[in-house]
Amino acid sequence: MSERQHSTFEDEQLIRPIEQTGPGFYLMVAVLVGVIAFAGYTYIRQILFGLGVTGLAQPVSWGFYIINFVFFIGISHAGTLISAILRLSKAEWRRPITRMAEVITAIVLAIGGLHPILDLGRPDRMLHLFTEGRLQSPLLWDVTSITAYFAASTVYLYLPMIPDIAILRDRGTRPRWLYEFLAWGWRGTEHQKKVLERAINILMVMVIPIAISVHTVISFIFSMTIQPGWHSTIFGPYFVVGAIFSGIAALLIVMIAFRKAFDLGKYLKLIHFQYLSTLLLIMSFLWFYFTFAEYLTGFYGHEPNEMRVFLYKFTGDYAPWFWMMGICNFLIPVVILVNPKTKKIPGILIASISVVIGMWLERLIVVVPSLANPRLPYPTGIYIPSLTEWSLFAGGVAVFVLAFMLFAKLFPLISIWEIQEGREKSVHAVAERLKSYLPDPPSEQLLSEELGNRR
Amino acid sequence: MAKWGMVIDLNKCTGCGECVTACKVELNVPVVGPEESAKGRTLLCMDILSTYEGEFPDVKMRTLPRPCFHCEHPPCIKVCPVRATYINDEGIVAQIYPQCIGCRYCQVACPYTVKYFNWTKPEWPEERGAALNPDVSVRPEGVVEKCTFCVHRLQKAKEQVAVEGRELREGDYVPACVESCPTKAMYFGDLDNPKHMVSQLKKSHRAFRLMEDLGTEPKVYYLSEVE
Repeated sequence: MSERQHSTFEDEQLIRPIEQTGPGFYLMVAVLVGVIAFAGYTYIRQILFGLGVTGLAQPVSWGFYIINFVFFIGISHAGTLISAILRLSKAEWRRPITRMAEVITAIVLAIGGLHPILDLGRPDRMLHLFTEGRLQSPLLWDVTSITAYFAASTVYLYLPMIPDIAILRDRGTRPRWLYEFLAWGWRGTEHQKKVLERAINILMVMVIPIAISVHTVISFIFSMTIQPGWHSTIFGPYFVVGAIFSGIAALLIVMIAFRKAFDLGKYLKLIHFQYLSTLLLIMSFLWFYFTFAEYLTGFYGHEPNEMRVFLYKFTGDYAPWFWMMGICNFLIPVVILVNPKTKKIPGILIASISVVIGMWLERLIVVVPSLANPRLPYPTGIYIPSLTEWSLFAGGVAVFVLAFMLFAKLFPLISIWEIQEGREKSVHAVAERLKSYLPDPPSEQLLSEELGNRR
Repeated sequence: MAKWGMVIDLNKCTGCGECVTACKVELNVPVVGPEESAKGRTLLCMDILSTYEGEFPDVKMRTLPRPCFHCEHPPCIKVCPVRATYINDEGIVAQIYPQCIGCRYCQVACPYTVKYFNWTKPEWPEERGAALNPDVSVRPEGVVEKCTFCVHRLQKAKEQVAVEGRELREGDYVPACVESCPTKAMYFGDLDNPKHMVSQLKKSHRAFRLMEDLGTEPKVYYLSEVE
């Protein structure tokens, strides 16, 4: 007992932001609430006057809402997937990272999942999806897999939080009822630990295929149609790679921001950022490989409709965005992250921001050019989003930041018990594991036989 | 069961636009006004597409009336999440307006881009106000609409022949665009009935359909121009 109190004291720093609140927090909340309120106003306007208040028209009838839907859901792959893979592969450096990654997932998934509703012409008829739903439609596949992912990832976020919530409960942190309720009677007995560990193990294996299915199915919305630029077998894995890519970048940004805000330098060391940014670098190369394969196939085939979309991206109206995407997703991160001198926190921050922007542009480039180039000779304008779309985009980002801040106000952003476990057990466990990797030392019997032979 | 279809003779079509107007009036298609129209929000269940071939001064303009093609294998109905668009036994691809949630997936999936979304509340010029076609429901904003082959006329025709106690004849059911064509460039009827004009014309060596390679099997045939 005394040991536990001692170690809690050691990680006091992780609890401090929950118990003390500075003026900066309230200022930030006020600004964010303002942005969200304005987004709410524009959305109500959209409901009253119809989707005519957006910049959408014929033939580009999908725009920002669908782009942001794909983008936000992509970011959600940060968390659960990465944390599950790191836990599964017993990467010890994951300990201070997993919680943040999982929070990102839960929040962003909720935001992204609501985006198709913003896009509906008749949101009042949304329940038709359940009462009249057709499982043959890729949109229903989305509804299914996103809700499954949301359920799995919130549980996967909550379970490893229970011991930490119990610490807060034992300290008597306010609001008491909340921690009392959420701690779920955790006393830290051997049995409870065993059950928790087992539940986490099951979930982390389960969550990986669900996460992959989510972005695959989102890509199916596009690739199941026969439209040029969309009808591609590579889209599933391409979207999953892009999602993990943008997810890691978002995770790095959040880590850097809270390292600064909460002074977490002791926990989030340079090595964590470097390991994670190595993953980012790998994903950048993988993204480039997929993009290259996708466009070379289209170009080499030279099918006229495919080529119209291709040229629209490479030299046409969307060329600035297309090439900016290439610079943001490949050039900048690779140049920064291959050089050990720039692979420091500021460099990693720049690379991550550039990847998030680049991946948003990628979603833009997937959605709009195919729609802007219909097969038949229609007059086509250029899609320019209106204030409504911009403010709802800003609102979505603001909801994310606000929700993350509120989470950080209520719960520790770094898993205290996992850090403690790391301190107490990991060094020994890793040493044992390493020993098991090495070739076995020659046994007694073999030795004596060898000696006998020599005689 | 009949398979309703259309044949458009491009040799006779002058591109006058009468079919477009007739369609707008018959189907109560909203008039969006010049401002919205400039944004690309005109609703045209029947449209005339024009292409220009060659360089000035040796230019040839081609026009192509474009209804919905009522595909036998419509890409739009596959993707609808709420069964708001479907193909009926007689091959007509229809939209159920009170069911549509306005996700616009069908619009995006249509390779011919023939579906239209009601971006704003439907409006008509004041003079038109009291004269909406009572047989066709007015769509609210936020739903997708399309050419219906004037299916309400089929219902009326069926009732009429039931009263008269006879079979449906060619010409009993004709959409507004076909009826209005001043050069009689459009034909309509049962593609499976060898007695109907359309089923003979579709076998013509001039007959073709748009994007046959997609396997959608449109039920609107064109007769190519001859010099």
